[in-house]
Amino acid sequence: MENQAAKELLYKMADDALIIGHRNSEWTGIGPMLEEDISFSSMAQDKIGHSWALFKILNKLGENEPDIVAFTRNAEQFHNCQMVEFPIGEYNFSLVRHFFFDLAEYHRYEMLEDSSLGDLAQLARKIKGEIKYHVLHAKTWMKNLGNSTEEAVSRLQGSLNELYPMALGMFEPSPFEDQIVSDGIFGGESELMSKWRSSVMEIIDQTQLELNIDGDWNPLYGGRSGVHTEHLQPLLDEMSEVVRTDPAAEW
Amino acid sequence: MVDPGTIDPKILDILQEVKDPEIPTISLLDLGVITEVRIGENEQVRVEMTPTFVGCPAMDYMKRDVENKLEQNGYSDFEVNVSLEKPWTTNNITERGKKALKEHGLAPPPHLEKIVDIDILENVKCPYCESDNTELQTPFGPTLCRSMHFCHSCKQAFEQFKPL
Repeated sequence: MENQAAKELLYKMADDALIIGHRNSEWTGIGPMLEEDISFSSMAQDKIGHSWALFKILNKLGENEPDIVAFTRNAEQFHNCQMVEFPIGEYNFSLVRHFFFDLAEYHRYEMLEDSSLGDLAQLARKIKGEIKYHVLHAKTWMKNLGNSTEEAVSRLQGSLNELYPMALGMFEPSPFEDQIVSDGIFGGESELMSKWRSSVMEIIDQTQLELNIDGDWNPLYGGRSGVHTEHLQPLLDEMSEVVRTDPAAEW
Repeated sequence: MVDPGTIDPKILDILQEVKDPEIPTISLLDLGVITEVRIGENEQVRVEMTPTFVGCPAMDYMKRDVENKLEQNGYSDFEVNVSLEKPWTTNNITERGKKALKEHGLAPPPHLEKIVDIDILENVKCPYCESDNTELQTPFGPTLCRSMHFCHSCKQAFEQFKPL
């Protein structure tokens, strides 16, 4: 099928942004301090805006309208990596997830600035500027807390170990990997992962935290092909509650 | 900023009246979200707009405000199109726009060179007392386009229209 490789890429990016966006929004009202409440809420709004823009490109490629695609699919039709669907947990979990996720997003959009898919290249150039602020936020707090009290360091260390294999799931190879690279749409997941690993370590090395990236990690794959944890469907049910109650509602 | 060279000044005056829905001191033209205005034969108007941030929830309002303003001024044949073709950066904000932001109590963004250095978020000049002795609180704020700061000189919190 035409454009299948591009669609696979766009769907996984859009679904990642939509789901992490909704998870981030769960910090609204309960952030550990007002500024963090606002930060996670703002990032949520950005991410959901990004997913909308990606769904718009898919729409131009023949897929359904953004709202329909976002709110009427079931878990097994979602292509987000599993990491983004886990509940927010405690702040250390959400912070480390945000750190891993946004560093990858930054490099992904950077690589897409020259994509042969014109609409995506245009969007990437725009979004990269926004993600810069998400990355700044993640790095600042990783460095601050990763050099602070014993409790902060040990909490972050625990989350790093827990989340690293989940984060590797972001780079699950696509069945269209060769095609997407040769078509000039995207440089590929393995190149992205190597850029990401360098950026992650650059920050970790400035803290009291440790991460053995060459260790024997078992990546949490499956999300890209619709295999999800028990956490995704309840989230989707909540997201689509209004639209299921009244599909014709306008607001 | 829209290149005014080829545009009928009359329509620029009309569009100048359309303000940002959340910062009523600044016009959409001075904010730089109107990137192109063209008038064809028979007074046919075509306006190109672009969002500040991709997820900006005010974009639809802004588009509608422009359409309403054109309609109120007797234009019936117009098209307002939103795209990322000419992406917005804070360098699109005019000098008049920067003054308008300050009037609203927002620190205007600095002019950006090609490479964006995040350090420019530190020591932002306080819009109330002009002091540089300020601190970034968070790169996020009450809307997607603002960051929050604190001024150690006049002990006031303020927001900046953050550089993009």
